[in-house]
Amino acid sequence: MAEKKKEKDETVLGLKLNSRLLELLAKLQEVELEDFELEAGELEIWFQPGAVAAPVVAPPKAVSPPVKAKPTQILEAEFVPPVETYPGRVVEVKLGRRGGKSVVIGGETAPAFYTFEKPTPHPPVISLDVFDMEVPLAKAVKMHVKDVLGDPAAWAKLAVDKFGADLVTIHLISVDPLVKDASPREAVKTVEAVTQAVDVPLIIGGCGDPVKDADVFQEVCETFAGERFLISSVTRDMDVERCAKFIKKGGQVALAFTPMDLNLARELNRRLYDFLPKEDIVMDLTTAALGYGLDYAFTNMERARLAALMGDPELAHPMSSGTTNAWAAREAWMKMAPEWEPRELRGPLWEVVTALTLLLAGVDLFMMMHPAAVKTVKDVIAQLMGGKSGNAERLVEWVAAKV
Amino acid sequence: MSGKEGKVGVKELSPIDVYKLLPRTNCKECGEENCMAFATKVVNREVPIEKCKPLLKKEFEKAYKQLKDMLEPAVKEVVIGAGDKAVKIGGKLVMYRHELTYFNPTAIAIDVTDEMPEDEILGRVKQVEDFRYEYIGQILKLDMIAVRSTSNDPDKFKATVRKIAENTKLPMVLCSLNPTVLEAGLMAAPKARPLLYAATENNWRDVAELALMYDCPLTVFAPGNIKMLKSLAKTLVEYGVQDLVLDPGTFPGDGLAETLNNFTMIRRAACKRGDDLLGFPLMGVPMTVWLESAGLAPEIVKWREAYLASMLIVRFADILIMHSLDGWALLPNVILRANIYTDPRKPVAVEPGLKVFGTPDENSPVMFTTNFALTYYTVASDIESAKINAYLLVVDSEGLAVDPAVAGRKITAEKVAEALKASGIENKVKHRKLIIPGKAARLSGEIEELSGWQVIVGPKDSSEIPKFLQEKWQTIQSQ
Repeated sequence: MAEKKKEKDETVLGLKLNSRLLELLAKLQEVELEDFELEAGELEIWFQPGAVAAPVVAPPKAVSPPVKAKPTQILEAEFVPPVETYPGRVVEVKLGRRGGKSVVIGGETAPAFYTFEKPTPHPPVISLDVFDMEVPLAKAVKMHVKDVLGDPAAWAKLAVDKFGADLVTIHLISVDPLVKDASPREAVKTVEAVTQAVDVPLIIGGCGDPVKDADVFQEVCETFAGERFLISSVTRDMDVERCAKFIKKGGQVALAFTPMDLNLARELNRRLYDFLPKEDIVMDLTTAALGYGLDYAFTNMERARLAALMGDPELAHPMSSGTTNAWAAREAWMKMAPEWEPRELRGPLWEVVTALTLLLAGVDLFMMMHPAAVKTVKDVIAQLMGGKSGNAERLVEWVAAKV
Repeated sequence: MSGKEGKVGVKELSPIDVYKLLPRTNCKECGEENCMAFATKVVNREVPIEKCKPLLKKEFEKAYKQLKDMLEPAVKEVVIGAGDKAVKIGGKLVMYRHELTYFNPTAIAIDVTDEMPEDEILGRVKQVEDFRYEYIGQILKLDMIAVRSTSNDPDKFKATVRKIAENTKLPMVLCSLNPTVLEAGLMAAPKARPLLYAATENNWRDVAELALMYDCPLTVFAPGNIKMLKSLAKTLVEYGVQDLVLDPGTFPGDGLAETLNNFTMIRRAACKRGDDLLGFPLMGVPMTVWLESAGLAPEIVKWREAYLASMLIVRFADILIMHSLDGWALLPNVILRANIYTDPRKPVAVEPGLKVFGTPDENSPVMFTTNFALTYYTVASDIESAKINAYLLVVDSEGLAVDPAVAGRKITAEKVAEALKASGIENKVKHRKLIIPGKAARLSGEIEELSGWQVIVGPKDSSEIPKFLQEKWQTIQSQ
């Protein structure tokens, strides 16, 4: 009984903390989206030898006699921004609906947010996860979606209207033969309900069974021809030819998933090229959670993007990340000793750090879960796209600032 | 101009380049079979060149010096502090971790000020000292104390630095743009070799004198102005200050793009263009978010400080100064740091095979997991802490966790069945019941078919293993 009461208090605290966080995050200033180019002129400086402060230090007490004369004024050095040009370019992929919203991802000609070289052509976008049935969720996530669990259309609407999702991923896990073994027709009904509820581009997620997923995807692709859904995902152990053909026929986009191995990613892409144009393929190179293999995911994606820019056409696709995997880390959801609490903040921050790490590796599309994490990642993307300069005069104050 | 002859990018350095300068006697004194094997290890930074004893003799002086220059990292290694708590920062050989590996994890300093009440200062110092988190066999810690003068009063600063030096051996960063204040701080800890913060275009001469007098590393601060930063570095090197740290400014909020651009340009200039004057460790100051904290709840500012720190850890920062001491905000960052600084050349995996916990008998449970180190250690610690007697079969997943291993077919029913057979477990227990990870549930039917063992799907998280076994094992076993 006492146990229960405690749990309830925490929930209240968590909700309070978190809704406040969301609210305050929402108040953060909007930034304009504009391309950013570094003007060489901005780096010019003016030297005013007279402006150097007079010495306030007593003469050195014990210092060896200088070998050569010490400079008495600043010695000017040249700095030329180390800009490189890259032979490769990431293809642009358009996702989105007939008569609804669409997004374009990819198109990069420089590494992620090297805006001193090239502006980022399209801001990375965020898709929120929606499940077609009740699933176990971390407490910090569940409290935001508890009213819409089991109602994918309402969940999708909440994700778009309240949490600012650019896209929605509808995970059709009930089709899993080991779960409910729902039929492809039932899956189509779920997707239909979601298409009615929101007008953003959709990602269609399967259950992980290579045979059943192909059946479900085929039904969805054909029923919703021309909607440019992202089909998540096509894997090496599926009938790749069959999948590629119905994706092509239905005018959808393939998400090519491989397990952290660039050779396998290239191989899968090559198999898809026989049936699909490059503009119809996005890659998922596997996302591991912070603390649980994020280093592999980061380096794998960073290498893929650098290879693409250096001219490897088989990796020159936009990258998608299943950032929700961050919640697989027990530090994201588990109750820990008091010094690491509250988990209502630790959890979403886990998702944020996982996302931002991969943002810097070049991810174009994030599949995410927690509303505060989504809000933060969107804000960071806006700041990076905005490319405004910092206020140097104000910044100097940090040294003596009272906080 | 900048850039040094002879220093080549680590990618371009081949074992032959090193081999040519070695004595080439294959004396094996270094422990390697021959000089070529030694050269390969040197290029991979697995052994220091000094392990070749003959090379240190007078006759090889020139070759030794040449090798030293050749092997010099693109980013200078700078030591902060003295004694066994001293921290090395920088020493980076490459821009991207996949090109080799990153050395010297980003040091994290937590700030105190000379106007905080004494118990608050000591409380914060103690929190920094006590911070620890166990992660895959490592202890993750915080590294330094940054002492800021908010009073601009030399006496106050001196007293604060003295108080801290008396209470901790952790290295310090002394922060004030007023050289008189900095000097007062140095007088309180003359042998501590703190990092000085900072030399600017206005105070560089006086601060340079202090750095020389007290033999301290020195931070150069020129926010948003790399040309000035580099000019100051040039001037200070010429002045005789060799150990510099560069702070191009950490602009919070709208200045984020500029911040990342500056860090990236500086690191590329050092690693790819051989620019020695920018080849110094980079300082990031996530605590600048507190400048824009008016009217915000502290959780918001801590949250922003935490994610800004994470981006700087990824984008080349060698040292960070932070204000928040909250575990929820720091934990993701110390773990991110451990991840980014893991050697990508070594898979984080344990040996596959049968592991024994406690003193299992012929009726004890048999479970399996993957050989990803983190998965294994997590499962192992859950079993150990509950003092369970059991067998744990570690199946080779090529270093992947259960989820991606099942999705990516790195763990298959065949592999599990083979591992069961090879482990000899069939001679150790009389039952044929295998508990599999909840996240490998979809393999259960196939494993039963291929191995002849009955499969029981266990919990999705190993923290629930003790409860699972306690509630279910008796029943499972008697079935």
